[in-house]
Amino acid sequence: MEQNATAVELSGITKRFPGIVANDGISFKLRKGEIHALLGENGAGKSTLMNILFGLYQPDEGEIRVNGMPTVIDGPSKAIELGIGMVHQHFKLVQPFTVAENIVLGSEPSKGGVINLKQANEKVKRLSEQYRLQVDPNMRIEDITVGMQQRVEILKTLYRGADILIFDEPTAVLTVQEIEELLEILRSLAAEGKSIIIITHKLKEVMALSNSVTVIRRGKVVGTVETKSTNERALAELMVGRSVSLQTEKSRREVGKVIFAAKDLQMKSNQNKLVLNGVSLEIRAGEILGIAGVDGNGQSELVQAITGMVKLSGGQVSINGKDITNQSPRQTGLAGISHIPEDRHKHGLVLDFTLSENVVLGNYFQKPFNNGGFLKYEEMDKLAHKLTTEFDVRSSGIHTHARSLSGGNQQKAIIARELWRNPSLLIAVQPTRGLDIGAIEYVQQRLRQARDEGKAILLISFELDELFELSDRIAVMYEGRIVGEVDPLNRDNQRLGMLMAGDTNA
Amino acid sequence: MESPEKQYNKALGKGIKIFTKSSSLVPIVAIILGLITGALVMLAGGYNPLVAYGALFGKLIESPYDIGETIRAITPLIFTGLSVAFAFRTGLFNIGAEGQFVMGMLGATLIGVKLDLPWFIHAPLAMVGGAVLGGIWAGIVGYLKAKRGVNEVISSIMMNWIGLYFANYVIGTWLSEKGQQKSNEVHESASWSIGWLSEMMDHARMHGGTIVALICVFLFYILLWKTKQGYELRAVGLNPDAAHYAGMNVGRTVVKSMFIAGAFAGLGGAFEVLGVFGYQTISSASPGYGFDGIAVSLLGGNTPVGILLAAILFGGLTYGSGGMSFEADVPTEVVRIVIGAIIFFIASHGIVRMVMKPFSFRRNKPTDGSKEASRT
Repeated sequence: MEQNATAVELSGITKRFPGIVANDGISFKLRKGEIHALLGENGAGKSTLMNILFGLYQPDEGEIRVNGMPTVIDGPSKAIELGIGMVHQHFKLVQPFTVAENIVLGSEPSKGGVINLKQANEKVKRLSEQYRLQVDPNMRIEDITVGMQQRVEILKTLYRGADILIFDEPTAVLTVQEIEELLEILRSLAAEGKSIIIITHKLKEVMALSNSVTVIRRGKVVGTVETKSTNERALAELMVGRSVSLQTEKSRREVGKVIFAAKDLQMKSNQNKLVLNGVSLEIRAGEILGIAGVDGNGQSELVQAITGMVKLSGGQVSINGKDITNQSPRQTGLAGISHIPEDRHKHGLVLDFTLSENVVLGNYFQKPFNNGGFLKYEEMDKLAHKLTTEFDVRSSGIHTHARSLSGGNQQKAIIARELWRNPSLLIAVQPTRGLDIGAIEYVQQRLRQARDEGKAILLISFELDELFELSDRIAVMYEGRIVGEVDPLNRDNQRLGMLMAGDTNA
Repeated sequence: MESPEKQYNKALGKGIKIFTKSSSLVPIVAIILGLITGALVMLAGGYNPLVAYGALFGKLIESPYDIGETIRAITPLIFTGLSVAFAFRTGLFNIGAEGQFVMGMLGATLIGVKLDLPWFIHAPLAMVGGAVLGGIWAGIVGYLKAKRGVNEVISSIMMNWIGLYFANYVIGTWLSEKGQQKSNEVHESASWSIGWLSEMMDHARMHGGTIVALICVFLFYILLWKTKQGYELRAVGLNPDAAHYAGMNVGRTVVKSMFIAGAFAGLGGAFEVLGVFGYQTISSASPGYGFDGIAVSLLGGNTPVGILLAAILFGGLTYGSGGMSFEADVPTEVVRIVIGAIIFFIASHGIVRMVMKPFSFRRNKPTDGSKEASRT
């Protein structure tokens, strides 16, 4: 009986932003005690819908019922009052405060204006035991792992008495083990009678975790199904709107001459430690070289060295036979290196520039964009039009700020720009991180296409599946060295694992 | 083809949009709230605010002389407002416009007093001298930031004092007669005064600097939004990391930006010497135009037209305060309270929006301001 009671019901929710309908008549029902996945591509409108439920946005049309009662949620405090809690993708925690201080923040147990920290610690302890969410109340946020920070966020909502929990892409920032732990936590929360909405685009998690799934595409609900009566492929097709290939054919390919060569690269860190310790690489035309390895073994430094962001202390880098060792980023760019950076917000785009200003970020000083010191906006607009059409970058126009685009569209814009520059060598670092299936498929297809056109590609990724999927060769990095190569056509996980752990005998 | 009526409506809609966009409505409401605050203070002090404000605004247009002097008071604020805003657009907070202004005065005084050249060389040279000295003064701050990571707020405040005392020293040692508290007069050939216009305005101190200020407002726009250099400056201001990735030299851009900002302030100082006073005094405190420039850029939203309008408001209020104290016997300091209150309300959008709420009918506003698709 409890199982069928409705915790939240949204009916006919519509939310418009200038030039875009983010939610178009969405109806959605969350039963008590269930885990309901909200599945959709980036920019489909999942987060907007949940922000409406949490009171951050007001819907233009539609009705919200919580526990059967029609309500207007005009702010997060109203949502909290109704027992709705949200765990955001980017945590909202005070770094120098302790776990307990963060949890009680806003409703501290106090006496005469003085916070009773002892009582706070005890409350937090009790709560963490009740829900088996392991945290140390006395640790500072800045000293604990990302997984534990997330548990603190969950405890924060529980402390405020939330019965309905919204999780926005909760696994995006976690390691493999942490994801396992989180899934366990969510299951036990549901068993305790909490109703849970999880926003995601990862099909594996949907299948492993949820009771039912609502799929959103371009602001509309395209289907609500019971998880046990569906499968990954069906969901993927529902989400993207067409059939998708989750696996591609691979074969050995012919490659051309050496485009890029790095010899014995050495780089010292600020602590005078060798972060690159004799890396040598060659990439040929029409070849994707993948770099595998645990994060922090010199991958970022390798990219910084090649692009000229940071100076090498030894070694030589050359492209098309031309020495570009320790040249500036401008010069390496002109020599034929394009770069899809790992952090697209920090390094890839100027978020408060328009799309047409962003597409010339690396070329604004050249003709036809620069005409005797003056910018030609018509030329920039023309290019922006061409690239956004060609790469299907969805926005409300080329004069929109890059900030207002979804992550997938931002990434597409960067890839469009970097490929348009017609590089000899394309460096792609985690090119599909945080993207949904549709966008991942698209990005990977574009990279393959660039390879087939004869470009040399250096791919750095922490997703092993992606490396095996795309690469023609895979080199493994460990502590600033290349410790070995594996053949992507004969995947040997055991040998790869040993190499990644630095065992060169493998 | 759209019908004329439709086109008209469209244009009208656009016009309304400009005035109802919260970005331009907030400053207007802030100004009104600031004036009300001033009125409350006057009431508390037993003055009649209506009479006082009447006297203040009446003063601005009382006579040709007053109109001219109001323009004179506005001119330096345009320069310092541009200075602060320019640095701000590159992600720098230039608190040092004050010192750059003083150095601009010094540069103009040096060239105006020490050299004797034909007017068509001397006057422009003295102007450029002020701009360059102001630019260098700010450039030092930029250099320290780029090379050593010194926070520009701290260093530019210190440079204000160094600039003031350095100027005092130079004037006292080389540019004045013994015992005098001011420099010698600049040569007539270096002067930017417009004699016939002053004559027409009852001897108000009219000078060419006002026209240069208007040209600078235009230049500010062209430089930032139309040139390659401006693209670099804005990119560095908005996201230095991405700018570096894109191959821009962030350090050099910071120095350039500060130099240009300082040159704007320096120009303001130069015209105070070349157009208004004809000499520079040894003073224990700097004139304050640089600090008011911060207020001007803030109220003007760091946009060229906004800065011009804000400078007109603050310059007008400052000059009109004289009339207010003369006619209504209200202390001139009340105007400083008004200006302070305006800045306070600008800085606290929330209060202004709360006041505006009952007056605005429901619109589908973007929740995120960045969704506004515009270049400026």
